[in-house]
Amino acid sequence: MVHWTAEEKQLITSVWGKVNVEECGAEALARLLIVYPWTQRFFSSFGNLSSPTAIIGNPKVRAHGRKVLTSFGEAVKNLDNIKTTFSKLSELHCEKLHVDPENFRLLGDILIIVLASHFARDFTPACQFAWQKLVGVVAHALARKYH
Amino acid sequence: MVLSASDKTNVKGVFSKIGGHADEYGAETLERMFATYPQTKTYFPHFDLSHGSAQIKAHGKKVAAALVEAANHIDDIAGALSKLSDLHAQKLRVDPVNFKLLGHCFLVVMAIHHPSVLTPEVHASLDKFLCAVGNVLTAKYR
Repeated sequence: MVHWTAEEKQLITSVWGKVNVEECGAEALARLLIVYPWTQRFFSSFGNLSSPTAIIGNPKVRAHGRKVLTSFGEAVKNLDNIKTTFSKLSELHCEKLHVDPENFRLLGDILIIVLASHFARDFTPACQFAWQKLVGVVAHALARKYH
Repeated sequence: MVLSASDKTNVKGVFSKIGGHADEYGAETLERMFATYPQTKTYFPHFDLSHGSAQIKAHGKKVAAALVEAANHIDDIAGALSKLSDLHAQKLRVDPVNFKLLGHCFLVVMAIHHPSVLTPEVHASLDKFLCAVGNVLTAKYR
């Protein structure tokens, strides 16, 4: 089980409380698809991903980004139980979606950058540490049921 | 991975906006890297790594200068950083994985101080540039 200090929990939940899940989710997914274009391989059904503008404006990208970040919120609500929380999702990503777990790490780092751009100086080094730990734990939980 | 013409324009644009803050951002990048990835501190046992340390400031300045140099010679990063590449291969031997960590922290610093500059397209270009710099610095490792 992951050990969180009281400070880390506080840094995570206080940031999360101010996050606009729809906006941040959409932005994070769009940036993933733009910065690491090979990640578009999972989204051939999403329509026009031909340019950064197309990706940012794509309603399926926005909707899916929101879905992904909402799911991420479950980790924040269950910090002491992340493995179990994502157990089924892990199976899904392996067996149905066939997503290389490296992509979870890429998305996690992108999310950090999106948070940094929104929170600026409030995203202190201590804050970054707690959030990098969280995205790492989530990535690990999502990869855990792979076989 | 190749830097396109627009990547190069984007990167030069970033560094011109950074202007005189490069040293400060270099130091902040290092501070965040040490805080976020404690294993990176193993390369600096001889440093005072506390917040505001003069050594971090000085080293941040060096790191920033190298990035600025690479951006100013973006058509030949390998040439511009050749001596630094030798240094990292022969003496410093920093594990290649750490250049990604430093690059990521630099992007975080850019996002904090210049969020409007770091559009998705510029983010992509800068990420590619930082990868290219890391590749050059580790090119002679073996």
